[in-house]
Amino acid sequence: MSIAVIDYGMGNLRSVYQALAHVAGATPVQVTSDPAQVAAAERVVFPGQGAMPDCMAELEKRGLRSAVLAAARDKPFLGICIGLQMLFEHSEEGDVPGLGVFAGQVRRFPEARMRASDGARLKVPHMGWNQVWQTPHPLWDGIANGARFYFVHSYCVHPEDPSLVVGRCEYGVPFTCAVGRANIFAVQFHPEKSARDGLRLLQNFVAWQPLA
Amino acid sequence: MLAKRIIPCLDVTAGRVVKGTNFVGLRDAGDPVEIARRYDEQGADEVTFLDITASSDQRDIILHIIEAGSHQVFIPLTVGGGARKVEDVRRLLNAGADKVSINTAAVANPDLIADASAKVGSQCIVVAIDAKQVGPGRWHVFTHGGRNDTGLDAVAWAQRVESLGAGEILLTSMDRDGTKNGFDLALTRAVADAVTVPVIASGGVGNLDHLADGVTLGRADAVLAASIFHFGEYTVRQAKEHMAARGIEVRL
Repeated sequence: MSIAVIDYGMGNLRSVYQALAHVAGATPVQVTSDPAQVAAAERVVFPGQGAMPDCMAELEKRGLRSAVLAAARDKPFLGICIGLQMLFEHSEEGDVPGLGVFAGQVRRFPEARMRASDGARLKVPHMGWNQVWQTPHPLWDGIANGARFYFVHSYCVHPEDPSLVVGRCEYGVPFTCAVGRANIFAVQFHPEKSARDGLRLLQNFVAWQPLA
Repeated sequence: MLAKRIIPCLDVTAGRVVKGTNFVGLRDAGDPVEIARRYDEQGADEVTFLDITASSDQRDIILHIIEAGSHQVFIPLTVGGGARKVEDVRRLLNAGADKVSINTAAVANPDLIADASAKVGSQCIVVAIDAKQVGPGRWHVFTHGGRNDTGLDAVAWAQRVESLGAGEILLTSMDRDGTKNGFDLALTRAVADAVTVPVIASGGVGNLDHLADGVTLGRADAVLAASIFHFGEYTVRQAKEHMAARGIEVRL
């Protein structure tokens, strides 16, 4: 029984590790780039930061693609930030294919036409604490609808199937910030940096029994 | 709607917070991790550690502080001071920092901004600009605590660092720093309007209206303050409630 945090060499996973370890109790948390460890884990966290083309390339290079796809088929699976975006078919960022677990596209914020309510232009990346509007899901347990989470991103996912959407946010335009289906939950924001509500979401993930 | 951020800043030297802190019930008023945790509890949106350690043989102490902080503080941590090479940036991030702020080294070697943001992502790179007024509506970039005039125009430099890959700008008015007379709002606005990355206003906060003014009049995306929080004059929560009362979107 363990939680594997998939490490494909893109940036710092310490925050994700620390936050999970903080809520996981006796369950060991392993940061790993070993496909066998991913396969052996009970739960899998798929983080990501930086640019999606680099993330996809590193994932391939380390032979982790099939391990990620296998985990996404049958283990409790949490995608974070680029780890959400890579689940989709294609990204505008570098014009690269994703893993195609979900039908849909990853597109940049339409910054040219984004204005705040006072008419001020909005900056991209979308950085900071924004409100998340939930569709009921066990991972939101104990978290107020409209609670704020910490975001840093310039691209967002556009799922083809609206029933995937379990969290919405607004920044100049409305966008999808959480998707869920069966054993998969994936978020655009960073729960590991989102104070109490972020820890609660991670705790809910650790306790989640999607297949029960 | 995206909230405006409040960021308490801690000056750290040789592992200890300098300048007073006045929290009730702290075991150790000089422990940066304990203080950062207290700010997290009060609702701070981020915490910045500014490493002002003078002696280079004590430089690695900050790494241990960040490591300990990342166990206990689950909001973004920024570390400034001492990063001169990409390798320094990487070490701070690996220790658990989320962002690294680069100041003098960026002026001396602008390529550092480009190299660092290419390697670790621009979301991790904050460029700190210390500015001083040199004429009406004109500010220069200063280094070495405000002693050296680089001759660079602060607004033009802000645009330059953005184009090099800075993810955020931490803008400090050296004229206001320590005065408690409020931010230099004209400077803040000039820079905030000139770039598309977020601008953090710093230097001069003496009361809660100053924080709100930084957002409403200075158009800053975030406001940074040290002494009003350290000396227990206000909690972060009080600051946020005040900003909310002035119609500013904050995370409460």
